[in-house]
Amino acid sequence: MIANYGYKDGSGEYYISIDTSKCVDCAVGRACLTGCPKSMFESMTDDYDEEVVWIKAAFRRSLAYDCATCKPSSGYSRLPCTDACKPGAIKHSW
Amino acid sequence: MSEAVLAPTEAAKPEFWRWQETCWADESKDWRSAKSITVGVDVGSVSSQCVVVADGELYAYNSMRTGNSSPDSATNSFKGVQLKTGLTLNDVHFVVGTGYGRVNVPFSHKAITEIACHARGANYMGGNKVRTILDMGGQDCKAIHCDEKGKVTNFLMNDKCAAGTGRGMEVISDLMQIPIAELGARSFDVDQEPEAVSSVCVVFAKSEALGLLKAGYTKNKVIAAYCQAMAERVVSLLERIGVEEGFFITGGIAKNAGVVKRIEKLLGINAMQTKIDSQVAGALGAALFGHTLVQKQGPQKPLIS
Repeated sequence: MIANYGYKDGSGEYYISIDTSKCVDCAVGRACLTGCPKSMFESMTDDYDEEVVWIKAAFRRSLAYDCATCKPSSGYSRLPCTDACKPGAIKHSW
Repeated sequence: MSEAVLAPTEAAKPEFWRWQETCWADESKDWRSAKSITVGVDVGSVSSQCVVVADGELYAYNSMRTGNSSPDSATNSFKGVQLKTGLTLNDVHFVVGTGYGRVNVPFSHKAITEIACHARGANYMGGNKVRTILDMGGQDCKAIHCDEKGKVTNFLMNDKCAAGTGRGMEVISDLMQIPIAELGARSFDVDQEPEAVSSVCVVFAKSEALGLLKAGYTKNKVIAAYCQAMAERVVSLLERIGVEEGFFITGGIAKNAGVVKRIEKLLGINAMQTKIDSQVAGALGAALFGHTLVQKQGPQKPLIS
């Protein structure tokens, strides 16, 4: 399942997509949980009883601000979360 | 000293946004002869629904406005069905809660997200050809892809703003002083289709609508402009995950032809039709999940009798 967390507002679209089918057999032990400097990712059991990762509810409406410190404008050339996720399950829309 | 004179009480203001609550039961069936009775309760931000499924088939539902307490709204929605059918919680084998108040349904055995429940409900209502679901709820909007069994394969939700939601339509209904059920039909009664108002914010849309009225627009034309804005808003959401054949709309706004027809025009695809109330899709999906769980785990004891 592709789960898109985030929002669209007057300033743009801010979604983090997680391909949860890649989370089920994660080979790197859910490195995204510690890879994100703000600990935005969390393990959970989804509606189909699969252990996957999602974005904590507290961050879903403020991604543009929460992720800003990891974007190129803050000196990063690669996102820590997508870097940590070796199966390539995580994508940013902006 | 003379007594203070109170100002005359203002006459009760008509509430144009109030939509029709409904309670229905299939008179041709008797729940007493069913082997499995499951209940789905969808406590949304604006409306609450309770659906009863008997042996995997829709039997009864109640759709009403959500009050200021999620547990009370869940209980009241079940009471409506209870009054209509005589069913009590002791007769129910499994209860699933869904919607934003799903964890506050006092008599539910399990909570499942509304995303999974809407997909399952739409699969029942529209059949196994349903692939793309647009749920236009009270205060959020969801675009969902599912497979032939109604399992979610992709979803996207926007709950940051009321634009493109039922609450936004209620605001316009009150502003125009036109009953909400009439908005759809009236939006087509215009000489020329107007430009859409702001689609990013209900507050902006409301002030823009007032400006249009002052500029000489008829009420119908303003409603048309708002319906078009809503359609553009949700279509941009849908386009993000893509639209596949087998397009189905759930939620209260599915009853508003003014928005639905404009969405269909923008997408170039017609939404699938159903005879079942689109507003109960989430609760129906929850009750169907309950039916599957009864088959797997057996009946559960009632948490509250």
